[in-house]
Amino acid sequence: MKNEKEIVDENIDIEIKLFLEAILLKYGYDFKNYSNAHIKRRLLHRLRTANINSISEMQHKALYDKNFFRLILTDLSINVTEMFRDPLFYKAVREKVIPILKTYPFLKIWHAGCSTGEEVYSMAILLKEEGIYDKTQIYATDFNQLVLKKASDGIFSIDRIKEYTLNYQKSGGKKSFSDYYTAKYNSVIFDKSLKENIVFADHNLVSDSIFAEVNLIICRNVLIYFDRILQNKVINLFEESLITGGFLGLGSKEEIRFSKRFENFSTLDATQKIFRKITI
Amino acid sequence: MKNGNKYKAIVIGSSAGGMEALRKVLSVLPESFEIPILISQHLSPSSDNYITQYLNKLCKLEVKEADEKENIQVGKVYFAPPNFHLLVEKDKTLSLSTDSRVNFARPSIDVMFETAAWAYGSSLIGIVLTGANFDGSNGLKIIKDFGGLTIVQDPKTAHTPTMPEFAIAATKVDHILPINKIGEFLTGL
Repeated sequence: MKNEKEIVDENIDIEIKLFLEAILLKYGYDFKNYSNAHIKRRLLHRLRTANINSISEMQHKALYDKNFFRLILTDLSINVTEMFRDPLFYKAVREKVIPILKTYPFLKIWHAGCSTGEEVYSMAILLKEEGIYDKTQIYATDFNQLVLKKASDGIFSIDRIKEYTLNYQKSGGKKSFSDYYTAKYNSVIFDKSLKENIVFADHNLVSDSIFAEVNLIICRNVLIYFDRILQNKVINLFEESLITGGFLGLGSKEEIRFSKRFENFSTLDATQKIFRKITI
Repeated sequence: MKNGNKYKAIVIGSSAGGMEALRKVLSVLPESFEIPILISQHLSPSSDNYITQYLNKLCKLEVKEADEKENIQVGKVYFAPPNFHLLVEKDKTLSLSTDSRVNFARPSIDVMFETAAWAYGSSLIGIVLTGANFDGSNGLKIIKDFGGLTIVQDPKTAHTPTMPEFAIAATKVDHILPINKIGEFLTGL
């Protein structure tokens, strides 16, 4: 038999389902295939900080108050990132992927779910050092316009620069990391030339379709927030967006083995989760 | 195991001194132990899988790093990977997240405890072991609120007593046990 707390919790789960349905109907954002535990944590956190009594009450507020909905949208998006996150991933890209990309006359790279852009600038730096930036078009996409704006500004807090510098060095960086930014007060501004070939665009992996044929897709620590149904859908989208011989780079704990499309890929680096689309 | 069906999962949180404490708890559990175990141990973000390999060698149960979407199974001990939160879904699968640190920690014990309480309700056992942080005390209270069983390592037997002390202050815990009695207690359930 369920105790009182368990019954309340069961009701919360029902309210969350209704809440997500309401958000979808009203604003077109679909979070129904996200990890439930993740969504519940974020929504309950908002509930507490906004001093609201129930998810149902929060649903009403989100429907009628667009600014409040924007808060929710940021709560539900994944905003944690860093420059050269998992330096060995970037080292593997530099050593195993770049030599092949160099053979193309023109390149397209898609950073899906780029958040505030730290990893996009990391890639831009890497491409510059490898001498292929000028022939590359980078698409950096996210569904949250707030973080996209931050990404396109290219201004980050100085607090983490020490850590980023270390990451950069571990990733096989060839210069001094400080060559790429100017420090001002508590911020660093990344060199404008890094974003010359970057297009920041609104794209939702859940609902939008393929928008370009690309040589490399970077989508790291985004799929872990999706359920298997949505993961499969997004992997299909990636497979269709890649040229034959194109590369897919995922987060360290992400997999494509369960996907039907896995057979269309070879594994270039099993630890760093880099896959290559092969000819079928 | 007399009440093998009552408890469906055990969640353990540990921090400073945790490796030795976990060894003492896990190494005495028999191969036939009927309750899956999930562990969040605070580690440096750049740690490798040394701790799971080390404990896997010393334990009769299989000790492994949790994979995302993995089904929680009897006979296994799952560790949160370094730099990831470990979450439990209602369908008894595992999720990982790179969300912000909680209580300065990723993995955070509170995150695992709370989501496990949502998934398992009163059939969950929560255990707080040694540590210098207050992570886990809020989560243990939630487990207790859901009617789960709460256990804290006796601070006197802890490498670093802060975390057990915080947990004891936050909740009327069911059992405060010396570290070398916890495994035995679990086996007797």
